[in-house]
This record gives sequence, C-alpha cells and structure tokens, in this order.
Amino acid sequence: MVIWILRRLGYMVITLFLVSLLTFFIIELAPGSAVDSEISRLRAMGSTVSTQQVEALEEQYGVNDPWIVKYGKWAGGLVRGDFGMSFAYRQPVADVIWSRFGLSVALALGATIVAWGIAIPVGVYSATHRYTLADNIITLIQFIGVAIPEFLLALAVLVGAVQFGGIDVGGLFSNEYRNAPWSMDKLLDMLAHLWMPLLVISVASTAWLTRVMRANLFDVLGQQYVQTARAKGVPERKVIWKHAVRNALHPLVMTLGTTLSVIIGGEAVVSIIFNLPTTGQALLQTLIVKDTYVAATLLVMLSALLIIGNLVGDLLLMWIDPRARVLD
Amino acid sequence: MSTAQVTGAGLDEGTDTGAEAEVVVADSKVGEVSQTQLMYRRFKQSKLAIVSLIVLGLLYLSALLAPFLSPNDPVQVDQAYKYAEPSSLTWSSGPAMCTVKQEIDPVNISTTYVKDCSNPIPLQFFGHGFDYKVLGLIPTDRHLIVAPEGDAKLLLFGADGQGRDIFSRTLYGGRVSLTIGLIGVAIATILGSVMGTWSGYAGGKTDTLIQRFIEVIMSIPTLPLWATMAAVLSPDMSVTKRYFLMTLILALVAWAGLARQVRGKVMSYAKSDYVSAAKSAGAKSPRIIVTHLLPNSASHIVAVSMLAIPAAIIAETTLSFLGIGMVEPAISWGVLLKDAQRIDVLQQYPWVLLPAVFVIVAVASFQLLGDGVRDAVDPYS
Repeated sequence: MVIWILRRLGYMVITLFLVSLLTFFIIELAPGSAVDSEISRLRAMGSTVSTQQVEALEEQYGVNDPWIVKYGKWAGGLVRGDFGMSFAYRQPVADVIWSRFGLSVALALGATIVAWGIAIPVGVYSATHRYTLADNIITLIQFIGVAIPEFLLALAVLVGAVQFGGIDVGGLFSNEYRNAPWSMDKLLDMLAHLWMPLLVISVASTAWLTRVMRANLFDVLGQQYVQTARAKGVPERKVIWKHAVRNALHPLVMTLGTTLSVIIGGEAVVSIIFNLPTTGQALLQTLIVKDTYVAATLLVMLSALLIIGNLVGDLLLMWIDPRARVLD
Repeated sequence: MSTAQVTGAGLDEGTDTGAEAEVVVADSKVGEVSQTQLMYRRFKQSKLAIVSLIVLGLLYLSALLAPFLSPNDPVQVDQAYKYAEPSSLTWSSGPAMCTVKQEIDPVNISTTYVKDCSNPIPLQFFGHGFDYKVLGLIPTDRHLIVAPEGDAKLLLFGADGQGRDIFSRTLYGGRVSLTIGLIGVAIATILGSVMGTWSGYAGGKTDTLIQRFIEVIMSIPTLPLWATMAAVLSPDMSVTKRYFLMTLILALVAWAGLARQVRGKVMSYAKSDYVSAAKSAGAKSPRIIVTHLLPNSASHIVAVSMLAIPAAIIAETTLSFLGIGMVEPAISWGVLLKDAQRIDVLQQYPWVLLPAVFVIVAVASFQLLGDGVRDAVDPYS
C-alpha cells in the first residue's frame, strides 16, 4: 500500500513535469513576449522607454534565450518556490498564489462535497421512483442545470441578490471586515460571501452526477443479487442503501477526475464574476492582461490540484471497492 | 464459401431454391432489419430527442438565414438607440410597433425613451432593409419583417450600448457559436478516433506513449487549458483566422477524452473471435481496422462525440464572454453576453441577457439529442 502510494506520487511528479512542459510550450507560442506588453503598457501610460531600457528588460527576463533555457529558468524558479514578479499584480507571484490556492482548494473540496451530497440522495430517489412526477421534474432541472453556462448562472444569482436581497455578494469580505484581524464575525462574514458562489460552482456537477447516479443505480437494481436480497426478505431500505447504492457509487468515484476538472474550471469563471481571490480567477485575469508566465505557473498549480484530486479519488475507490485493492 | 453460407441461411427458412428464399426474405420482418434501422427505430421512440433535433434544425436554419430574418444590420451603430428597450408590438390592421422617442437629459446626460402607442407604425413583411446576399450568392435587400424605412427600427430584443439591434446580432452570433463547437468536435472526433484506434490496436509501447500523453492533457483542468490556449492568440488577427484557430483549440483538447473511449472499444473488439478469425485468414491490420473495428465502434464514437458538443459550445461562449475567445468585431453569443458583464448595465437594461436564452436552448437540445443517440446505439440500456 505504502509502495503503491509512493509509486503514484512518483508518477504525479512526472505528470506535473510534463504538464509544465506542455503549458510552457503553449505560452511560448504567443507572439511577442511579456516584456513587449509591459513596454507597450508603460508607453501607453505616457512614460518614455529607451532602447537601453528595452534591452535591459529583455536581458533581465531572458527574452532572446533559447526555449529550453527559458523553460529551465521558469521551472527552476517553480521548484524553488520563486515564482517571479507579476506584471499584472505588481507584486511577487508567490504572494498572489498561496492565499489564493487555499481558497481554491476549499472551494473545490466544498463544491465536490455539495455535488455528491445532493447527487447521491436525489439520484437514489430518482432511480427508485422512475418516471414519476418528481423524477421527471428532477430530470428537467438536471438538464437545465447542465445547459446553463456557469457564468450566466453566476450573473443571474448576483443580480438577483442585489435586486431582491439588497445585499452585495461580490468579494470575499464586507467592507468593514476587509482589513480587520481574524475573528468569529469575520469568519461568518466570509462564509456569508462564499455559500452563493459555492452553490453556483457545484450546480453543473450536481446535475450531471445525479444523472450518473440515477443511471447506475437503476442498472444495479436490475441485477440478480438485488433480487436475491429482496427474495430473502431484506427490508427494501436496506436492499437499496446497503446492497445497491454501494455498488452504484464507484462510477461516481471513478469520475472524480472529470468532476474536479469541471469544478476547477467553473470555480475560475464564477470567481471572476463574484470577484473572489482564487487561483482560477488570477489565472483568467493574468490571461486577459497577457501576463503569460504567471498564467503558466497558475495553470500548473491548478493541474497539481487536479492530479492530487485524482490520487484521492483512487484511494477512495480502494476504500469503497475491495476489487480496486488487488490491482497492485 | 460465401455463396454456400447464403443458401445455408435460405435452407433454414425451409425453402429449396435461392429464388424462393428471396421471396421469404421480402415478407419476413424477423431478423431482416439492419442495425441502422434498429437504431433509427429506437431513436424515434425518444420524443425529447426528436423535439431537440427539430429545435436544433430551426436554430441552424435561423443562423443560415440570419440576414433575411434580421430586421436591422447587426453591425450598424446608432446613437439614437443606445440601450433602447425592446419595441412594444401592437395591432393596427396588421402587426405594428409603438413609436419611441429618445430624450436626452442635458443635466446628467442620461437618455430616456418615451413610448407612444397612440400612433403605431405598421410593420412590413418582406420589406426593404440593408443589402445582403442570399446564401452569399444572390444580392437582395428583402427581409422577413421590418419597420418602414426612415421612421423607426424594429428592435425585438432591444439594443445594446452602441444602439445595435440585439435580435439581429443574436441570429448572426449563432453562425459562429453554433458552428465553432460542431466543427471543433468534428475535428476532435477524427483525431480522437485515429489516435484511439492506433493506441488500442497497436498496444505495447505505442499504447503507453499515447496514453501518457492523453493523461497529461487530462491532468490540466479543461476550461483553464482552453483559456490559456485562446489567450495565446494575437489580439489583432482577422475574425476568420481567429474563428479557425478557436475551432482548432477546442479540438486539440477535446480529442483526448474521445481517444480514451475509442481505445477502450477498439481493445475490446480487437480481442473478439471474429478479429482472430480475420487474422488467421490472413487479413492485414489496415483491413481489420477499417472493416471490423471502425464500423463496430462508429456508433459509439458518434454518441460520445454528440455529448462533447454542448461542452464545446459552452466553452466558446464562456471564453468569448471573458474576452479571450472570439472578440469584437466578430459576433458570437459569448461576445454579445460580454455586454452583460457589468451588474449595473444588467440591472438597468436586462434585455442584454436575451442571447443567453439561445445558448441555453442550443446546449440543452444538444444534450438531449446526444442522450437520445446514445440510448439508440447502446443495445444494453
């Protein structure tokens, strides 16, 4: 078991390395360089930039270095925890990243828990009450939930909150707590700001997982061992929850990687609209202002989150399904 | 060999000659339905899928005939209609619309629109409007429904911040938004099928290598990866070039998941008896792939691809909304929804959100259609 986890961690490092290589390759395809956009930004602000300054900047950032040298510098910094300076945020990237990463992990975890917490019971109800009115309504809601792009839902919720609740839900804290030291009130204020985006992020995954759960459980309920359990007089509740649901769960766990990918993407978009300081929001913002090196770093961090999530998913699968344990 | 088999089948029906066997075949409904027909029958049972197919057909038709259906030129800027609300329709011996007058408050420079329904303007069917070419060929200026020239503008969905007609823009936007996902997934399907088949059939080192590569792509969250690739595009490239590159970007990420699915199918078929039989009969790999593996996986590939289209449409809309997908002067649903980004605008002029209805209807329809197709091709559901 320990060896298995160690081997998986080894794979993880290799995958992350390849991810960073691919990411860096993509951003290097961009015409011009980060220095170019910085220079044009300085010029747009009215300051004159001399040729010497351009050369000094290019030297400092190694614009004319070969590809692999640039990658080496960037990746070397990444490994040492030195992420460089962000043009967009005017501060070291490391400062931008860590506080954001915490919130991203919390939101991803929260959204996954919400999605499973709703999808499992609702999916079970749907599968055991197929084609009833309630099931049809659930199916309809699912389709709408999957079909609405997250940014639209976030916008609708935001406008609704302002219009009908008269509350400002953007940001992480209300004005009075923004610079206040941590206290119970500040924590409650933060949670009051977080629950709405959290729900918006989990809507798509919840809707999709409910469908998966419904289909899985329906398949399992048709199997003979369920019939046997019923025949020998096991109470229906027990048949469903103990015999059937346990076997219908593991496709849900196996698709954790996909779910997490959707949640991380959704979190980025929703954070932009709710103005939440998460890694995804920083990624999209740096992309919009073409701060590509920082964007690459952030993308690698989000991938790390996804890869760790996949490992957790596999461990979870081994926990609920003994068959998964014998593989290694 | 093969002729013997055919007459053998005829003998089972209890007939002596080939000619008679054919008659029996024509009458018999049992075992004579092709797989495609079976799928079609099953598909027809799903009412929702049929409805979705019709809705999608109408959407694509509206995109194709966008110039004819649009009352106004989608790119025409008009300060007299800045954030004008949707025209109120009335009846005055035929459909008509109320007149609207723009009033500018000189003190705080805000514009208000005064509606007057006492003297409605009748609407003209097949009236004259802006010039365009039918299907890019025949020049004309006839439109399905327009307000008479000079008097007013028929704004079914209102106007945006530059006085452009949102309804016309939504129809034009469908041309980009409805095709970008479709073509993107089509390219991804081809790429995914080739790589998946190759990986699954070749096995060994090739398989490991391709699977590792797919794993790397799938280890990066999809939407952020799309966003990063789109952000790399130069901001000042032409609309057409950007359109093709966006299509390519969608495809370059989406193929990975498809290839996995195809590989799984190919691997299970590659172990089947009929493939072993073909091999022992001396069939070469290309023949086995083309005549045995691909036709068997085809329906599955189609079903999986169908379900990838909604995600691609949402991706284009989201990226354009963020300003890194399609950008002005291109018109796509995401570009239109970019106007809805500011909360104050959204509160004052909620009609800027109307293109969202098209996005949701299109995505939901593709989802339902995809479900119908998947159920139709999977005999075990």
